[in-house]
Amino acid sequence: MKHYDAIIVGAGHNGLICAAYLARAGRRVLVLERRHVLGGAAVSEELYPNFTFSVASYVVSLFRPHIIRELELARHGYRVIPMDCSFQPLPNGDSLARWANKDRSRREIQRFSRKDAEVYPEFSRVMTRLGQLAKRIIDRPAPAIGSLRVRDVLSSLRFARQFHALGPDLFHVNLKLLTLSAADFLDLWFESDVFKGPLSASGIIGTFKGVRSPGTAYVLLHHYMGEIDGVFRSWGFAQGGTGSVSLACARAARSFGATIRTDAPVASVNVRRGRAIGVCLESGEEISADLVVSNLDPRQTLLGLVGEEHLDNDTARLVKRYKFRGSSGKVNLALDAVPEFACRPGSGDHIRGDIAIAPDVDYLERAYDEAKYGAFSRRPFINAVIPSLTDPTVAPPGKHILSCFVQYAPYHLREGAEDWPRQREAFGNAVIDTLEEYIPNIRDLILFKQVLTPWDLEKQFGLSEGNIFHGELSLEQLLFQRPAPGLAHYRTPVHNLWMCGSGTHPGGGIMGSSGERAAKTILDTKIRT
Amino acid sequence: MRKTPFFSRQLALCESMHWKSWAGAYAVASYLIHCDAEYHAIRHAAGLLDVSPLFKYRLRGPDAASCLARIMVRDIQRLPVGRVAYCCWCDDRGKVIDDGTVMRRGEDDFFITSADPCFSWFSRFVGNQRVVLEDVTERIAALAIQGPYSRAVLQEVCDADLSGLRFFRTTEGCVAGARVWISRTGYTGDLGYEIWMDDTHALAVWDALMAAGEAYALRPAGLDALDMCRIESGLILKDVDYYNALHALVDHRKSSPFELSLGWTVELDREQFCGQTALQREKTHGAPWSLVGLDIDWEETERLYARYGLPPEVPTEAWRTSVPLYRDRDRQCQIGYATSGTWSPILKKNIALATVRTGYARPGTQTRIEMTVEHTRHVVAATICAPRFFNPKRKTAVQGREE
Repeated sequence: MKHYDAIIVGAGHNGLICAAYLARAGRRVLVLERRHVLGGAAVSEELYPNFTFSVASYVVSLFRPHIIRELELARHGYRVIPMDCSFQPLPNGDSLARWANKDRSRREIQRFSRKDAEVYPEFSRVMTRLGQLAKRIIDRPAPAIGSLRVRDVLSSLRFARQFHALGPDLFHVNLKLLTLSAADFLDLWFESDVFKGPLSASGIIGTFKGVRSPGTAYVLLHHYMGEIDGVFRSWGFAQGGTGSVSLACARAARSFGATIRTDAPVASVNVRRGRAIGVCLESGEEISADLVVSNLDPRQTLLGLVGEEHLDNDTARLVKRYKFRGSSGKVNLALDAVPEFACRPGSGDHIRGDIAIAPDVDYLERAYDEAKYGAFSRRPFINAVIPSLTDPTVAPPGKHILSCFVQYAPYHLREGAEDWPRQREAFGNAVIDTLEEYIPNIRDLILFKQVLTPWDLEKQFGLSEGNIFHGELSLEQLLFQRPAPGLAHYRTPVHNLWMCGSGTHPGGGIMGSSGERAAKTILDTKIRT
Repeated sequence: MRKTPFFSRQLALCESMHWKSWAGAYAVASYLIHCDAEYHAIRHAAGLLDVSPLFKYRLRGPDAASCLARIMVRDIQRLPVGRVAYCCWCDDRGKVIDDGTVMRRGEDDFFITSADPCFSWFSRFVGNQRVVLEDVTERIAALAIQGPYSRAVLQEVCDADLSGLRFFRTTEGCVAGARVWISRTGYTGDLGYEIWMDDTHALAVWDALMAAGEAYALRPAGLDALDMCRIESGLILKDVDYYNALHALVDHRKSSPFELSLGWTVELDREQFCGQTALQREKTHGAPWSLVGLDIDWEETERLYARYGLPPEVPTEAWRTSVPLYRDRDRQCQIGYATSGTWSPILKKNIALATVRTGYARPGTQTRIEMTVEHTRHVVAATICAPRFFNPKRKTAVQGREE
């Protein structure tokens, strides 16, 4: 039987990053991926001839720059092209575009509110300062609050000091940010419901909450933590689709000597006397290792790979209570020509960034109303991008890709999650109908359509309940409570079984931190075999 | 100010109204307020640049090759027809006057580009030889199309087969009904072509390329984006990284080809050429200064900014001021100076071109570069490296876009 120092289950970007760090430290590492492609949800696939889709995750911003440096990802093909504009078409024929240049944004916003236009830079300043704090928290292990070990107490104190360092004003803003709803938080600054539309939408992405639900405000921060080339604004497209980020991580891992196998689904983690000793593939092949690191979410890892029989009652209960509640879907379109918006025609720079169908706060809350009772939104929030206008590698000349993130599509339908295959077509149509209100000829342009419901995300990518973040990013499931108190810090109750996916601190987005932090924690820990 | 033949089209597209004077001609610095979209177009799709302000000369006649061989540090007599050579030319003391390209269009027909006007300098070598030197700067318009998709775009409008055109080769062709000649050259260190045409055809060629480029995310690009690209590729710029020896006020501002990392262009063992004796001597004794690349330490930069509670700032465009380089943290021993630099979005590195004493030029040598944060001067670590930071395979590859 083959033996490795570490087996990574799942070749998502976090798994690959974890593998790269472990291999870099001299460990013999094997990565096992169930699918034929690498990347997990950060994947590029040619679903239609000569069109390369970022099937699931579609923009990059939060990826930690030090990981790029430490793993030399630029050398391995990490290429991100920044976006300049956030475009918001409106149903009344008007539109609002926010640009990297603040004067240009101000002139756009003042058509809706002169005050908001001028307050926006102040708001950005506060959010940037808080984003800096958040980044410091992300780049460190989560504090072990409650533990009395000297090292943990010191880490908690350091954690507390970060907040103290904000000063009284920002500290209070920060408290509001952590507790308020996105809409309420924005009300502290702004008056225009139109302007607040897409801003508040940033607070709900991937969660089963509405813009008026408490606890959604702090997700806004994600939009002020983005960092491309040291510029704190940017979201960007990975050249060749998001999968190329994963491929760069894979190349880095291989360059350090890691082995990566695709089409190698893991059936279970082999546990003996409370310790992980290897994995068993669906093919029956057994591979042993000193430790196993799971890139799957906590539920798939502990209830799926390990099995309840190896867990105590408390742990099993914690894992079962961990909230997924996927709320979003994806609609990927191959188009015959540039989709032109009736309110601002042409293929100019306004549609080369991200496009938000989020006309105002009420629109978003109404979309949530339907979802609360188990139906997808008839008029959903859509975040769309047309990467082919910037990156010609993803579509044939003159053809385009329109990639739509759609919310709400609740996993738990009134009729039950298993009803999704029956409702998929209707969901896709609701999205196209919505788009058609802004792009009148959209139907004539469609060459190919892929509709991914949360049910599909679960089946295709192994995202439990279709949650794109491996579990909701709500405050009670963050930091030392991610995924659950006692399960944080990448450890599991099974010795030598670790987790490195988005269900661990800090989680969410193509950040790479979970994979990096897991690897560094493992390397800092003496392995008992 | 001179208007190049493409001026009217550029004026319509230049949203930022940000222009520079390039050799007395209007040149777009950046079409948009920030040049980063133009930079990314060059690196990920294609960029179209007006390079008409370059000085351009034609040298024709039976003695043209031998005449040029006496001017250039490279042995132009050995340059085959249809090829281009990058060279520099020196004064009698072996100090660089200018650098540019020499294109051999026929046995006795050469086309030369330069950054400074060189008609007078070249004329000195004509004497009573059977050559005609002609300044065609304002008669010949030039466009550079650069980037991984430059071949695809140009091929759509051009009858010449570009797949066979190798790096630093030239061919004639027809674009939008106009006769042009095309060289696989450029100043971006990427796959790219330069198109040389009679100025009467200029707008037709521009329009054809812009129209064909739409399907490939082509953008018109300005000098700011070009500056970032040329630094990433370690391509030097006159009056920034070195001075024309004929214009330098003092001797220590003059540089030899060896000092500019252009030693590879110097071919000494041949008939006499201008600067040969001095260059021979320098080759034997070694050059006192060397042009190098610098990789400025990012972690240290980040820590330095953090001391002021600030996130690190990267320059949003290339810079070109002289910045001192030290051997030590205490700034006691200066070993050279950086002349231009940029944040490289594709390499994720803060890079610069620098001139250092040759003893410190070995790759891997640790130096300190001055950095001002919050009005206070500091130093951060910078590692010496080869100046060609970015050098994708596609630049010289025969076919394909592979990197």
